Amino acid sequence: MDLLGLWNYWAVIVLMMIGLYIVIARDNLVKKMMGLSIFQVSAIMLYVSMGKVEGGTAPILPADPSESDVLYSNPLPHVLMLTAIVVGVATTALGLAIVVRIYDAYGTVEEDEIGAVDRQES
Amino acid sequence: MEHLPVLQIVIPLLAAPVCVLLRHHATVRTFAVLVAWTCLGIALTLLAEVREGGTISYHLGNWAPPLGIEYRVDLLNAYVLVIVSAIGAVVMPFGFGTPEPGLRDGQHHLYYAAFLLCLTGLLGITITGDAFNVFVFLEVSSLAAYTLISLGQHRRALTAGFSYLIMGSIGGTFILVAIGMIYMMTGTLNMADIAERLPPVLGTRTIWMALAFLIIGVSIKLAVFPLHQWLPNAYSYAPPVVSAFLAATATKVSYYVLVRAIFTLFGAAFVFETMGMQRLLMPLALLAMFLGSIAAIYQEDLKRVLAYSSIAQIGYMTLGLSFANEDGLTGGLVHLFNHALMKGGLFLVVAGIVYKLGSSAIGDLRGIGRKMPVTMAAFVIGGLSLIGVPGTVGFISKWYLVLAALDSGSYVVAFMILASSLLAVVYVWRIVEVMYFQGDGESREGLSDPPLSMLIPTWVLIGGTIYFGFTTELTAGTASEIARMLLEGAK
Repeated sequence: MDLLGLWNYWAVIVLMMIGLYIVIARDNLVKKMMGLSIFQVSAIMLYVSMGKVEGGTAPILPADPSESDVLYSNPLPHVLMLTAIVVGVATTALGLAIVVRIYDAYGTVEEDEIGAVDRQES
Repeated sequence: MEHLPVLQIVIPLLAAPVCVLLRHHATVRTFAVLVAWTCLGIALTLLAEVREGGTISYHLGNWAPPLGIEYRVDLLNAYVLVIVSAIGAVVMPFGFGTPEPGLRDGQHHLYYAAFLLCLTGLLGITITGDAFNVFVFLEVSSLAAYTLISLGQHRRALTAGFSYLIMGSIGGTFILVAIGMIYMMTGTLNMADIAERLPPVLGTRTIWMALAFLIIGVSIKLAVFPLHQWLPNAYSYAPPVVSAFLAATATKVSYYVLVRAIFTLFGAAFVFETMGMQRLLMPLALLAMFLGSIAAIYQEDLKRVLAYSSIAQIGYMTLGLSFANEDGLTGGLVHLFNHALMKGGLFLVVAGIVYKLGSSAIGDLRGIGRKMPVTMAAFVIGGLSLIGVPGTVGFISKWYLVLAALDSGSYVVAFMILASSLLAVVYVWRIVEVMYFQGDGESREGLSDPPLSMLIPTWVLIGGTIYFGFTTELTAGTASEIARMLLEGAK
């Protein structure tokens, strides 16, 4: 069936929604950060799936030049995702670094407790 | 000279790690100022070249587009490049010779590195003609912005930076997904190429979804009304100079991306006539104008007033866009420049106040109008410009917006533009009253204007709001030329 045949796109949507749900529903800032990572990974999966050609091999020139009918996967989306992975790692690192600073300043990483501290102060 | 488009990005990008290596405070600062001025010089040269010789296309590494990455500078890019780099060039030397507020010892080189990276990212988004490049530069500027915001003195700056990071990353990922879907249908990432290949596939659901993801992603970054929650905290707890820079540039560049996506990529006919996007954008813009201004009236801190007023001003810009006629687009684009001038100037005034008073709470501002006359005069002019009084740039933008509203026959919208300006009178007057007419001034012994190194950048921007309020050729002239170009290209 066509719908099941696109299962990797279903996986993208499921991952994206899991990530978004964690970001919205969790109070713990570290968990929020992990949710954000899952959310970003879903976009990476989308790109990787679209570059894959069924039966296609890695886009490397064959040793024997007469083999001209080799089917390649599209390498471009995969290469783009190397950049997106770097961006994702940088975002996670920066986010966690800010969480560490928040823990130093507030003594907690729970959003509701931080809110309570802020309200007490003002 | 032919390498100017890439130098615009490479110079600040390479300067950032150099800042980290230099370390010595005054040296780093001088260096960063020189880099920012060089960027402005390049941007001005590019604008002059584009005006004379038309669109510049620069092939990175000499790989021909659409395979290679192309930097494509037309009038719209060049205009935004000048705005962003001019604000950078004015804000960077602010308070030269005084310690930067809110920084621990020995962090200055990192602060300037982040500042230059943010500038690089914003310029990069603007100059590039490659859709994926937009995403990369967007993340460069955003990551630098999160860092800069969380450097603020108050610990709430950390939570403000964190929530901006969450919102911003979601927005960035949405844009990434949209670019992926466009690539699926067109097989190219070069914007000019996408524009050529999109029309046959515009009816597909993938492209509809791409448009939805792109508009929502950019709207988060632009802080369009219901997606603005990150903005007030981010601007009010960031170091004041950072607020000035981000308020004047970051949202403007997002607006550029929105304009570019609607008019160059998808085409105005598809976005407005087929998808009916103005039915969504216009009510949201009107809500932003009113709710932003009303929220600004009730704030207890000057920075928060300005932050909420920014949301209202972004409303004016999206309103201009949603008319999709020449006057509306001119109004939106000229407001891009004008709002950068006045909000940048006003946040610099706040930075001066914070330097002297250590606070920007409205209750602490009693009577400082008489003690800091030069600073407060700048505030009053900036405030008048926010309201849209004739003789200031704010009037020019609103003039075009009202014209556009009358042009499209929506008298109610024209009336609402004027009515929301009255709300601006309320929040500006409230502060002016506290500054000039409250307090006896005795408790303010020894308070005076901040040093010249702060006053000059402030007055450069505030003076600009008067100068460009009278000479509109450069701003409104360029903006209407861009609007014509975009609308013609859309047909």
